[in-house]
Parts: sequence; C-alpha cells; structure tokens
Amino acid sequence: MISSGNKWFFLGYDAELGGGGRFSMMTLDTVGIHRQARVIMIDGGQKVRSYLNTLGIHIGDWLTVVQRAPFRGPVLIEIHGTRVALGRGVASKVQVDMDGVVDTLSGRMEAVEAGS
Amino acid sequence: MRFVLAGQPNSGKSSIFNSVAGYRSATANFPKSSVSFTATKALIAGREIEVVDLPGIYSLTSSKTVSGPAERYLLDESYDLIINVVDASRLGRSLELTLQLLSLGRPMIIALNMMDEARRRGIEIDHESLSRILGVPVVTTVSRLGRGLKRLFRDSLRHATIGEAPAVVPYDLEVEEAIDEIKAMIAEANPIPEIPRRLIAIKMLEGDPHITERVNKHTPGLIDRLPDVARRLEEAHGWSVDQVVSGSRHAVAHSVEDRVVIHKSPREGWRERVDRLLLNQWTGGPLMVLILACFFWVVFGVGKRVEEPLLVAFNWLQGSVADQFTPGSLSATVADGLVMGLAGGVAIVLPYLIPFLIGLAILEDTGYLPRLAYILDSFMHRIGLHGKSVLPLILGYGCSVPAIMSTRILESERDRKITAALTSFIPCSARTVVIFGLVAAFMGPLWALVIYLLNIFVIVILGTVLAKWMDGASPGLVLEIPDLSLPDVKTLIAKTWLALKEFITIAWPLLIASSIVLGILEWADAADSINALLSPLTVWLLGLPVAVGMTLVFGVLRKELTLVMLVQALGTTQVNTVMTTQQLLTFTLFVVFYVPCIATIAVLAKQMGWKGAATISGFTVVVAVIVSVAGRIAYGLFG
Repeated sequence: MISSGNKWFFLGYDAELGGGGRFSMMTLDTVGIHRQARVIMIDGGQKVRSYLNTLGIHIGDWLTVVQRAPFRGPVLIEIHGTRVALGRGVASKVQVDMDGVVDTLSGRMEAVEAGS
Repeated sequence: MRFVLAGQPNSGKSSIFNSVAGYRSATANFPKSSVSFTATKALIAGREIEVVDLPGIYSLTSSKTVSGPAERYLLDESYDLIINVVDASRLGRSLELTLQLLSLGRPMIIALNMMDEARRRGIEIDHESLSRILGVPVVTTVSRLGRGLKRLFRDSLRHATIGEAPAVVPYDLEVEEAIDEIKAMIAEANPIPEIPRRLIAIKMLEGDPHITERVNKHTPGLIDRLPDVARRLEEAHGWSVDQVVSGSRHAVAHSVEDRVVIHKSPREGWRERVDRLLLNQWTGGPLMVLILACFFWVVFGVGKRVEEPLLVAFNWLQGSVADQFTPGSLSATVADGLVMGLAGGVAIVLPYLIPFLIGLAILEDTGYLPRLAYILDSFMHRIGLHGKSVLPLILGYGCSVPAIMSTRILESERDRKITAALTSFIPCSARTVVIFGLVAAFMGPLWALVIYLLNIFVIVILGTVLAKWMDGASPGLVLEIPDLSLPDVKTLIAKTWLALKEFITIAWPLLIASSIVLGILEWADAADSINALLSPLTVWLLGLPVAVGMTLVFGVLRKELTLVMLVQALGTTQVNTVMTTQQLLTFTLFVVFYVPCIATIAVLAKQMGWKGAATISGFTVVVAVIVSVAGRIAYGLFG
C-alpha cells in the first residue's frame, strides 16, 4: 500500500526519500531558537522515553524551541502550551524534523489514504 | 467519607486542599513539591469528610526507580471519590492522566482549574461536552482565588453518594484488541481484585513492574503469553509497546481536547515579558546574580536594623535582672542563662531568620527555582550533576532537613547521594544567622559574602571529587518550567510561619534550656574540663578563646546554639570586645562547615544509612578544620 518502489519510510530513516538534499532530520539540541520542529524519534532507553512521554512529548508532536542556554546548557522547548527544559544530553536523543519532508509513518498513511 | 485530590504537578491541587484545610499544608510552585501527602478533615454540607492531597503525578505509570506513593495510594487504598484537578490551560496533557484515573473505575469528578489562566492564553473550554465525553461531572474553578470551590465540594459530595463509575474512553482499535486479549487471559480469576481488569491489562501491556510482579505471583503462567500480544502490537505500529500505549493515550487525550476547546489569540502580559528576560541566554545569568544579591542585601539590611535596638534592650534587661540576685549564686546564673537564651532567640536569630524565610518562600512561590535549575544546568554538569540538583541545594539555604528530603525528586541514586552530601554543606538559615550575627555584624557584609562564595567554592570541589569517585553519569535535565506567578500573601505567611513554628517550638526552648545548662556547668566549673578537652582543636588549631569549646558541642544540637552559647560563654552580646576579627572569622568558618545538626544527621541516615551519615559527618569535621585553619592563616597574612 505505501511502498511504491521505495522501501518503507519508517520513522524517517529512508535516505531515498525527498532526494537526499532535502533530508532534514536532526537532533533537538541543534535546532535554533524560535524554530518549530516535529519529534520523529526518541533514542535512549525506555526510562527517558516514558519520562518525556509523561511530560507530553511524543513522536509526531510539534514543538518550538524557545531558548537555548549558553555554555552547552539546556534547551527550552514549548510543547502543547507547556515549557520544558531539556538538558543537552537528553535533547541530543530527540530526533526531529524541521521542514516536514521526513514524515512519520502515521502521517504518510494518512496522506496515502487521502490521495487514493 | 474520603475524597482524594489527584492531579499533575502545578495544577493547583494544594491550593484547593488548603481552602478546606485552612493552610496547614504549604504549597510551592515547583513540580513535585509536596513529597509526602497530607490529609485533613473538612466539614462539607454538614458532613465530615476526610480530604487527602496526593503529590502531583504526570501519569499513573510507575517507573522502576520511583514507585510513587501517589500511584500506590490510588491503586490500593479505599476512598469514595477522586477529585481530579486539571489545569485548563494545559488540557491535552492533563487529560492523559485523567484517562488513566478513569480506568481506576472509581467515582470521579473533575475540577477544571486555572480557568483564568486558560482564558488569558486564549483557550475556551466547553466543560459540559467534556463532562459528556468522559462521563464524569466537571466543575470549573479558579482555586487561587477560591472561585467555584464551594460548588466543587458540594457536587463532589453528591457524586460520591451516588457512587457512579465513570465511562470507558477507548484507546485505538489495535490497543483495545490487545487489552481485550489480556483481559480474557486474566478473566478466570482476577489476581488483584481492587483494580479493574482493564487497568491491569493496560499496565501489563505497558510493562509496569509492580503490577506484573503481583499478577505473576498469582497466576505464574500468564506472563509467558504476554510477549505474543505485545509483539503483534509492536509489529503493527513499529514502535515499542510502551510507546504505542502511551502514544495512543496521547492521541485520545488530544482528540478530546480538540473536541472541547476553541482557541483564540492569547494575551501577552508582563509575566511573559519578564520571563523572557529571566530565561534569555544573555540576560538570564546576570539577572540571576542580581536577584540573589538583592536577596542577600535585603535579608542583611532588615536583620541588622532590627537586631541593634533589640540587643540594646536585652543588655539593659540583663543588667537589671543581674541586680535582683546575689552575684555568683546559682539563681543568678540560671536567671542570666534564661535572659541570654531569650535574647539569643529574639534579638539575634529572628531578625535574620524571618526575612530570610520570607525571601526563600517568595523565590519558591514565584516559580523562580526551576528557572535557576535551567540557568545553572551547564554549571551543575561541570560538577557531575544536572540542573535539578540546584533545587535541593537552594532549599538547603533554608533548612538542610527538607532540602535533603527533596533530593528524592532526582532520578538516579547516584545523584541523590551526591546532592544530599553536598546539601549538608550548604549554610542553612541557622548557620546564616551565625554568619550574619558574627561576621556581617562585626566585620561588614562583604566578609559574609566572602564566606558564602568560599562555601560554594568548597562545594564545587567536593562535588567534582564525589562525582569522579562515584560511577555513572547523570541522566540529564528534564524539567517542566511552570509559569511565573505572583506569590499569594496568605501562602507566603503560612509557609514562613510553618518554618518559623519549627524554630519557636523546638529550637528556641532547646536554646533557652541549653543556655541555662551552660550557665550551670560554668557555675559548677564543669565547663572548664570540656573546654580543656577541646582546647587542642579550639585554641591550638583554630586560635580561639578556650571558652568556645562548649558552644561547639551545643552546636551539634542546633547551629544557632553556637551563636547564643558564644554570647553566654563570653558573657556579653558585644562579642567583638572579647574576640578579634580573625577569631570571629575562624569561628564562623568552622561553624558553617562542621557536623550538620542532629536533625540533619538523622535525615541523612534515613536517606543513605547510618554508615553514610557517619561518613559525611566525619568528613564535614575534616573539611571544617581545613577551611577554618586556611581562613585563619589567610586572614593573618592578608586581612
């Protein structure tokens, strides 16, 4: 259903998608101030993941980077109307997508279903 | 009847609780501040109801390390109604907890709180349709201003009497199928009768260690069939099963939010503007220094201005009391000790303690502490911890006991231990009184500042050493930054009073009694032998008058005692007439660093065992000797 020559574009790991140059997955600690990004993967163990989940940070959610503290300090994000400070270490485990080029699986399925 | 208040941190639970409890529980604008829960009896519509305030929780999912008391209470205890306090301005996220609470299958009511805050953010909520979707009554409240609380408790009482269980809000189809499958497996005999089967199934899917263990004990074979169900779910979604369940709950919560919320444009107020400056990468740091410096100067300024006239009054009182007795008699000694004990409490301790406690309460209630954690995170990483450790350390400037207890907000055992050890070195308000009463008063406030900076320096070194010595890395900062809020005067007074009461009822009588005991010991010439015993330390190493030996012994009971006992031992409140500034500095340095008080040792022992507490205490004496001898030499050379 979804694969048309492409492999499964699973969690944005498909390098063929969008033709190389537009590939825009990055980790949250490198996102600039006032930029919006969408969470596409949370690395690290279940502990980190479930803790981020309880604070309302899930795969597929949009967030805005509000502030970045100097000296490799934490990143302050806004998500669902709440502000959360994430240390650089934690932020580097959150993979995000900036331009909506790399999409989540569920988003693709919706798009395909809407198109067909 | 028993009602339970449950909600996420910073949802305003405690202020609802306080409205019925009459300010017996203090609130703080910091996530997870109410570490243990409090209960009160309240009279609602003529009926006596027990109201329990649980610590704020983000979700009902308990992790391996932190098995929360709130989760356990909700699952195991008997109660008649859950009052779920929901922050209306963060409806989507709050509903994730609400969905879990609903699955407890107990009667529930929702207090849709902070409606004013939501309106300011441009969020309009159709609470009636929210009530229809969730199948529980919804009452809108503004707990900070006491709005809607009367109706909340009246409706709660009515709903609890009817005892209607809430609706089941389904997850997505595949998760529901998995839940049904597990439910069918445990259908034969419910292993945990007080928890609904549906919730057991959800928690087993999520891999909750506590529930899984209990089920396994009851029906051992069941666990083996679980991975099959989990694998199918993982294959369908491509995520791990815990993420599938929590993601599904997240999606349901936000779709409920979308159905009941109308977004309008938010209004930006002074709080957002101030906050932007406080957290800004350029202005945040300097503002932090400014705020803490202001705090220091105000406490010192107020304390000094109040202390001086009080000391004059007590000197006069001491003289006139002494006139009533034969000099050198036992009764004269006892009376003198009594006056000195009173003077120590009223004139020396309270003038600094009260402004300090008010200041600390303001920092807590405005929500500045989490911002400090944010700003200082990279600094704390340098000593092997992360930003959240700042909070116990800052609270340590108030009192070491609650500060060390608050280390349980930290996720890792290693961070908890290091932070607890470092916290015992932070000059608590009792030690602050000594610093202000001796060094700031007789040598000037700049010298007091030097002591604080020296203290921080020593803590940084200790932290670095401890972090190197204990294996493992800090897990990193994940902390919600709540909105700034104006502190409520009533809560401030209540909080200050709560801390002050501890001093007045426990420390002060101890102070007066010790002062009298010291007087009697001196009268009987017994103090001399203890002083002589300690003289290698006090006279030889530290170069202090021999009479201070006893004061250090009493100081282990309460650190304020060192100051009051010093006054008593030297026989004057004008300490600078009998001690040189070098001696004052050395004495204060030693007092700041040596053995934390009895209460702190006890709480350390509770956190890390008697061995750990003894190690830390012994360690503090070594550090105290090194620092004060170094201070003595340095002052002798350069001062």
